[in-house]
Amino acid sequence: MMSESKPSEQQENQQLWRPNRQRSKLVELAVKSLFGLFALVSVATTIGIIFVLIFETIEFFREVPFWRFLTDKEWTPLFSNAQFGIFVLISATFLTSIIAITVALPLGLLAAIYLSEYAQPKLRQWLKPALEILAGVPTVVYGYFALLFVTPLLQKIIPGLQGFNALSAGMVLGISIIPLVASLSEDAIYAVPQSLREGAYALGATQREAIIGVVLPGALSGIVASFIIAVSRAIGETMIVAIAAGQNPTLGLNPFVPIMTMTAYIVQVSLGDTPAGSLAFKTIFAVGMTLFVLTLILNVFSFWFVRRFREKYE
Amino acid sequence: MTAPQSTPAKITSPSMFQPSPNLAKRYKIDRIFEIAALISTIVGLVVLAVLLTDVVLDGLPRLSLNFLTNYPSRKPEQAGILSPLVGTIWLLLTTAAIAFPIGVGAGIFLEEFAADTLAAKIIEINIANLAGVPSIIYGLLGLEVFVRIMEPITKGRSILAGALTLALLILPIIIVATRESLRAIPNSLRMAGYALGATRWQVISEQILPLAIPGILTGTILALSRAIGETAPLIAIGALTFIAYLPHLSLEGFQTPFTALPIQIYNWVSRPQVEFHTNAAAGIIVLMVVLLLMNTTAIILRNKFQKAR
Amino acid sequence: MISVDLAKHMTSASNGQKEIILKTENVSVYYGNFLAVRGVYLDIPKNKIVAFIGPSGCGKSTLLRTFNRLNDLIPGCRVEGRITFHKQDIYDKKIDPIDICRRIGMVFQKPTPFPKSIYENIAFGARVNGYRGNMDELVEQSLRQAALWDEVKDKLKQSGLALSGGQQQRLCIARAIAIQPEVILMDEPCSALDPISTLKIEELLDELKEKYTIIIVTHNMQQASRIADMTAFFNAEATEMGGKMGYLVEYDETQEIFHNPKEKSTQDYVSGRFG
Repeated sequence: MMSESKPSEQQENQQLWRPNRQRSKLVELAVKSLFGLFALVSVATTIGIIFVLIFETIEFFREVPFWRFLTDKEWTPLFSNAQFGIFVLISATFLTSIIAITVALPLGLLAAIYLSEYAQPKLRQWLKPALEILAGVPTVVYGYFALLFVTPLLQKIIPGLQGFNALSAGMVLGISIIPLVASLSEDAIYAVPQSLREGAYALGATQREAIIGVVLPGALSGIVASFIIAVSRAIGETMIVAIAAGQNPTLGLNPFVPIMTMTAYIVQVSLGDTPAGSLAFKTIFAVGMTLFVLTLILNVFSFWFVRRFREKYE
Repeated sequence: MTAPQSTPAKITSPSMFQPSPNLAKRYKIDRIFEIAALISTIVGLVVLAVLLTDVVLDGLPRLSLNFLTNYPSRKPEQAGILSPLVGTIWLLLTTAAIAFPIGVGAGIFLEEFAADTLAAKIIEINIANLAGVPSIIYGLLGLEVFVRIMEPITKGRSILAGALTLALLILPIIIVATRESLRAIPNSLRMAGYALGATRWQVISEQILPLAIPGILTGTILALSRAIGETAPLIAIGALTFIAYLPHLSLEGFQTPFTALPIQIYNWVSRPQVEFHTNAAAGIIVLMVVLLLMNTTAIILRNKFQKAR
Repeated sequence: MISVDLAKHMTSASNGQKEIILKTENVSVYYGNFLAVRGVYLDIPKNKIVAFIGPSGCGKSTLLRTFNRLNDLIPGCRVEGRITFHKQDIYDKKIDPIDICRRIGMVFQKPTPFPKSIYENIAFGARVNGYRGNMDELVEQSLRQAALWDEVKDKLKQSGLALSGGQQQRLCIARAIAIQPEVILMDEPCSALDPISTLKIEELLDELKEKYTIIIVTHNMQQASRIADMTAFFNAEATEMGGKMGYLVEYDETQEIFHNPKEKSTQDYVSGRFG
């Protein structure tokens, strides 16, 4: 066909079609490299976090022996007679987290069950976004609520409750992570095939018996993973505990008195005028490192748990 | 093998159509269980309602034009939120300007250029891990890298340092939103583009992105609304609480010290005087209105997106 | 319509001496406004294996699921006509579907072991139904009846999901047996299994009919001819709305259905001319 057309026509045609392939390829390469670089930013963030924490933590342990970090009974790094017992802060973090989890796990799991097994589609359409709002409230607002609403309320019931305490901070923290537990658990419950529910009904089980006996065991790995992630979130939460739990480093598990969590300590030091390179400056990185390692272990554990124990359905 | 006589007679008896004796009880427990589940779902929402009511009751009387146009002050009745509000807006725009291109670019790279490669998988795992890092740790990263190491550029505890920190914090959210939006575009569209001799980037920029952009924007706005509410990382990088001036509308503006709404709220909450608590409540109302506006925008975008598909 | 009446006539003729355990009278099943199965008359004799055969979409499985009221779970599904179990209407308002499920067990197309141990898979149904006897004995007895005991007796604590497909299906049969039903419904129990596992289950069914009445839906005509005492042939016709509506064509002794069918469509189907 082409050979039949006159040479002049062919030439004219060629002039119309002159793709700059070289240029397109260059643009493609440039875009790809730039975006690849952008993707590396997230990796750089992780590396940056680890590097910064390790670097300053090493500096810290040059001045404070590691065994004192683990064995001191007090946490008073800003005093002249400084003590560096990290377990003071860990115990406080542990306490608020336990309270939070006690609130969030049952409520979050039951909410997940309700949303996936009981709620009519219309109701579900309303409930799910409403729970998302709960997750979107800034934690500083929860802190305000814990300190100025929940604590006064609880003081009417518990006479000895102090103005700053782990109890109300932990409870409000728990409320704030309900949506996290609910949505992760719901995903896991949703993944259990309908045939298992039918199998249970065919044996004469009621809906609750099918849920508790078959559906929940079928979603167990996902539910446990959501619990672990919730614990990790509770440990790393800052503002609620900094506002409502106090700034008072005490070793112990009394939920009625002021305490100081790891995150609250970092906030306290950051608010003061702490020159870089001072010991106080280094302590917040050592505490940050402890916090990072704890949450990382929990997150990795939850990934591992899901992989290891995921029920495989066809 | 045991003979079946060990089982209750009622199972094998042919006249079995009386309801089993414990069935009523089982149904009762079922009902209690369902109600408990419903209550658990509602508890969070009730708390949310109580919280909002409490804040509005405390803060609404304090809310006035003066409150919006005054600088923070030692005297609670004169204190306002001008500099925190402006600081939050500066932070919002700067964070968006940093995080949006990087997040979308990274998302496009992972979904369109490097899908299913080892690098993509590593970055994916990395992003999943970053999502679990407490936000205050990002603050420590920002303190060391953006405030100290990059001081010549950021001039220390500046809007730029804060925005860079927040940008890193929300980057994973934008990347994931971008990837999901791109994944929702049918592959046939890409194939049709390649079949016409277009390069990958030509297809992405001209065919795919226009369709994915509403979803990406929704995700970005939701991520930004998370950033706006963040307090801990800003405290960690040392944002000030008392600022009685506004940043200049120039490049130097990015390098000025700043405060932001959540920081001011935290500052007021942690004062002992009740008057400051009232200010905090009023500040929370302003913050929640800003968040509400952003979320409404995101929802409108999302609905538009869903209709278009 | 003629064929249905004929089928009704034949069944009443051939069941004179047997006890009828399950009986359907003019049963139709609707999904919303859509009629899926039309006017079925069937008498299921006790301690026999009854096979439902027919092309796909003819409503065999739908009908089967009306017998233990599992269709109640599907929104918009409605059953008309009468289904009686020991002369009692199972759709009577006084009857609880859970009681039905306890007396009429079911095994599904795909093995559906619960994500629990083998032991717990068996014990679950008995436990929810308030069984107070010796659970270990019940588990052993059920597994023996399902011809699975020797293969799993040393790993009762292992997950049911770890078994092979054929073992999983026998586990599901054992699970159904454990609540000691009178009838076991089987919805294509072998369609997901290899021939050897299928053979094992067929041998098992032959033993099980000593104690239970078995209704089995199958796509496999050889299977029906091998194991069933009675066979019901269903067919489907296109409706104006574009769907398919199933109806019972012929129901008789298996021998008769396969060697001396009364209906042309039955003849065509069993000789492999369609379906």
